[in-house]
Amino acid sequence: MKVISANKIKDVISGLCIRANLVLRKDILSGLKAAYSKETKRRAKDILKAIIKNAYIAGKEKLAICQDTGLPVVFLEIGQDVKITGDLRRAINKGVEEGYRRGYLRNSIISNPLSRGRPGYSPVVIHTEIVRGNKLKIIVLPKGFGCENKTQLKMFNPTAKISEIEKFIVDLVESAGPDACPPYIVGVGIGGTADYAMFLAKKALLRKINRQTGKQANRQTKINRLERELLLEINRLNIGPMGLGGETTCLGINIETYPTHIAGLPVAVNISCHALRSATKTL
Amino acid sequence: MKRINTPLTKSEIERLKVGEEILLSGIIYTARDQAHKRLVEAINKNKKTPIDLKGQIIYYCGPTPVPKGKIIGSCGPTTSSRMDEFTPALLKKGILAMIGKGRRSRQVIQAIKKYKAVYFLTYAGCGALLSKYVKKNKPVAYKDLGPEAIYKLEVRDFPLIVSIDTKGISIYK
Repeated sequence: MKVISANKIKDVISGLCIRANLVLRKDILSGLKAAYSKETKRRAKDILKAIIKNAYIAGKEKLAICQDTGLPVVFLEIGQDVKITGDLRRAINKGVEEGYRRGYLRNSIISNPLSRGRPGYSPVVIHTEIVRGNKLKIIVLPKGFGCENKTQLKMFNPTAKISEIEKFIVDLVESAGPDACPPYIVGVGIGGTADYAMFLAKKALLRKINRQTGKQANRQTKINRLERELLLEINRLNIGPMGLGGETTCLGINIETYPTHIAGLPVAVNISCHALRSATKTL
Repeated sequence: MKRINTPLTKSEIERLKVGEEILLSGIIYTARDQAHKRLVEAINKNKKTPIDLKGQIIYYCGPTPVPKGKIIGSCGPTTSSRMDEFTPALLKKGILAMIGKGRRSRQVIQAIKKYKAVYFLTYAGCGALLSKYVKKNKPVAYKDLGPEAIYKLEVRDFPLIVSIDTKGISIYK
């Protein structure tokens, strides 16, 4: 049994909020650089150059990569042999508040979705999973809402063809078009229940995006193949950086799956803008 | 690259063509969702708006808090289409240009044509980079809205792309 205090978790989350918002993920930065190298259109190249320069300025000058510092989604993978002392939920929200204040990050959360009100820093969205072992993995994903607004879920018939699912995903990216800061990263959740598919789609954004092109690309699993096919198909849409055309509409697509019911086939898609931000620490 | 300064003149604006890249210097005002809602509410009630909209440029932006020693925080554009329902009323009040990201509705395009205004894009998701072009920053209205308040910005060589010109021609199909 490992004992971790809520106070310790608060401090870790505070730091993760700052790191996620100021330092662009390495896999995203290399994806952007690869997109820049292969781009042939002058304007698309200029925009990718600006995006890469933006990441450098953000890291160097400690400025948020994007002014939409998102709604922080906090993922906790809690080992079953971990005991947390203190008020965990409070610690998470406090940690986010502290981090956001310390990092000069934007207060974008309003306390009531209908009456709105003055924006603050919390409460955030928390996902917990129980896993084996005595470790606690904490991930902060500040999710921008321009892209969050493009999210969709579709409950397919269990007899649906893969091509129907592909069409749903590609059509969704096409309808997001220039509005949600392409080039995108696409998270897909397939299976489970409606809510769980959505959770998987978000979780898919946490995985590194180079699987389609990197070392593991040769692993010929069905899902890998589907990811690669979808990536090619989406990039044929020619939406490009800022939607002004170009080789790269999608930097990467990650699919997570889970068993489901005999009567159903839920598919959830959660798009991220090019500024996909997350930071992780394991205690 | 073509440079333009505020205040913009009608004839200057009419010369701008869709797709053209521009560097803008001068005064722009930020306003996003809630500020738009309040401005249009004031207009509908025949009340005076807290800033004179005539001839102004509206930037769809909610910046991050200002870090110590800096003029402004990260300050990129937000999705323009959320402002669409309010835009024709502001155009009628005389705004000459808008800066944002993404597409506009058919109604907005028609209003842009009618009032001979222009819609610009700027680098989306590049708030840190864009902060370098801001030389002065002051909240001037709806301060209770925090990041959604109206900020008066003085910019120098702020990079823009003409996305809808005065003829109503859009860069997006």
